[in-house]
Amino acid sequence: MSILINKHTRLLGQGITGSQGLFHARLMLEYGTNLVAGVTPGKGGQWILNDKVPVFDSCKVAVETTGANTSVIFVPAKFAVDSIYEAADAGIQLIICLSEWIPIADMMRVRAYLTQKNVRMIGPNCPGLITPGEAKVGIIPGDIAIPGNIGIVSRSGTLTYEVLYALKQVGMGASTCVGIGGDPVRGTDFIDVLQMFEEDAQTDKVVMIGEIGGTDEEKAAEYIRNHLTKPVVSFIAGQTAPPGKRMGHAGAIVEGGAGTAAEKIKALEAANVRVAKHPEEIPSLLVG
Amino acid sequence: MNLHEYQSKSIFAQYDIPVPSGKVAATPAEAKAIAQALGGRVVVKSQVLTGGRGKAGGIKLASNADEAEQLAGQILAMTIRGLPVRKVLIDPAANIASEIYLGITNDRAARKPVLMASAAGGVDIEEVAHTTPEKIIRTHIDPLMGLRDYQARDVAIGMDLPREQWSQFIHIARKLWEVYRDNDATLAEINPLVITGDGKLVALDGKMSIDDNALAVGRHPDLEAMRDLDVEEASEIEAKKYELSYIKLDGNIGCMVNGAGLAMTTMDVIKLFGGSPANFLDIGGGAGEEKVAAAFRIILKEPNVKAILINIFGGITRCDDVARGILAAMAEVGVHVPMVVRLVGTNAKEGRELLANANMGTAETLTEAAQMVVAAAQGSEQ
Repeated sequence: MSILINKHTRLLGQGITGSQGLFHARLMLEYGTNLVAGVTPGKGGQWILNDKVPVFDSCKVAVETTGANTSVIFVPAKFAVDSIYEAADAGIQLIICLSEWIPIADMMRVRAYLTQKNVRMIGPNCPGLITPGEAKVGIIPGDIAIPGNIGIVSRSGTLTYEVLYALKQVGMGASTCVGIGGDPVRGTDFIDVLQMFEEDAQTDKVVMIGEIGGTDEEKAAEYIRNHLTKPVVSFIAGQTAPPGKRMGHAGAIVEGGAGTAAEKIKALEAANVRVAKHPEEIPSLLVG
Repeated sequence: MNLHEYQSKSIFAQYDIPVPSGKVAATPAEAKAIAQALGGRVVVKSQVLTGGRGKAGGIKLASNADEAEQLAGQILAMTIRGLPVRKVLIDPAANIASEIYLGITNDRAARKPVLMASAAGGVDIEEVAHTTPEKIIRTHIDPLMGLRDYQARDVAIGMDLPREQWSQFIHIARKLWEVYRDNDATLAEINPLVITGDGKLVALDGKMSIDDNALAVGRHPDLEAMRDLDVEEASEIEAKKYELSYIKLDGNIGCMVNGAGLAMTTMDVIKLFGGSPANFLDIGGGAGEEKVAAAFRIILKEPNVKAILINIFGGITRCDDVARGILAAMAEVGVHVPMVVRLVGTNAKEGRELLANANMGTAETLTEAAQMVVAAAQGSEQ
């Protein structure tokens, strides 16, 4: 078992005929992900990746033809919002949106719409997810993670790789690793993924990687205290960041007193979460 | 990105929100001419992107055009919280009976915009929100449906606004929502929204912030043109040209990292081992040679940088590209401080081979890298 994606996932790629999209589509396919279709308006009828993957003009036709149930979006921000709506309206159940710079107002509308349609989205501005040994959707490097019993959820990109890599060095593996993205409004929050890990039989322990800004970690701490029976280890990035400075992620803005690393660490420790001083300390905290 | 008061109020005016009939001036002579045209008493208001303008002496009342000219001269010579005053707004003095607060911002936790209003408007609104939160009336706005008139009316009722002002208030609230929505604002605020002696509502002050993502995708070139470069460090503007995310800090260890979360973590770990970062720098995904070289130049421009840590976890970014960028930059600008490099992930081996003869420290782990660079910085300080 795992969460969200596995070897049965039937993946559709939106925008995988561009150079970045194609590069990562190849890596996903080589990893063993069941990539069944691509969608690029105007390029329908082509076959890509050594004629293994057919390209369609629309999500609707791609879903009808291939039975795709999950979509990954590599489309630039300007067009990504429309791609999300297109996937949801075509019957896709799980959307992973990697695109960066989607305006907040657009995301608030997307979130409200997807909630009504009961469609789950991961991202935007995220690295995607990986269920080691089965499937990877997005850009997380495949060779830094091994299968195991640790569920990982993170707001960050490369910091997530850092943690997967540190775990692999000591032989620890992941059930699924989910990068939920760093934007202030996104499709899936910590709490959603924590609940999935709690219910997943393969996951025995959870690692949650947060960062400054917003109050998601505080809310997650509350949720952990009330609902999680599995042990949780955490790391919060931005402990030394000056307040009020934007650190590249739209979400990483410290608003007043709330959202600081100190506040988050305090809330997590109060929920019996072990908080690591640096990412390489996480494996030892998982053992203890 | 934040807009000046005069910019925000000109947008309000386009949406039929009543604002004073003032104009902006860059010289005392212009200020005088505006004051003459307005007639009577005027307010001279410094236009700088910081709070506390009034308390700093940047807002003054003038009883005639000559006094407006003189006060404009004083205020235009001021620097408020490090920002030079380049423009003053000359508004007719208002006849104020009471002051309301009205604002819209995003409530991240609710994933919706929220409209807030209070009968206790004015400079102490944050104090009001802190000590008597019940005096702030709030209503969330459905992002798919927008603000409904009944919601604005409920807010008016909640703040005990006299019935005579309801229709004006509902009109202004609805228009402020349109301003917010159409401009991808993250803040649209009128404080104070005054009730004048003859019962009219007027937006005396205005503040707007625009979502940087909406600007980044090129949706509002008109607003982008309003950007005030005074509030941005020159080095941060330079970084933006190369799509680097750079923030100058006070320490002496330059950092070059890919990814915002890992960049913050790298700073944290440097601090944990007794060092002090000189900057936050995220070279982003897919950083090639040119970007890396630009990042190098920006870091090395700071004279207090005594050592540099490069921490790259290759995913989209390929370590060999980064290594080539480092070598190119070293050849171009010359590096006189010690460097520690950590390359992991995509093409890390090729990257390390390229740097093998370049005379720099290499580290396997983040902990080790941080310890090495802290020691190197201490060494070159002495």
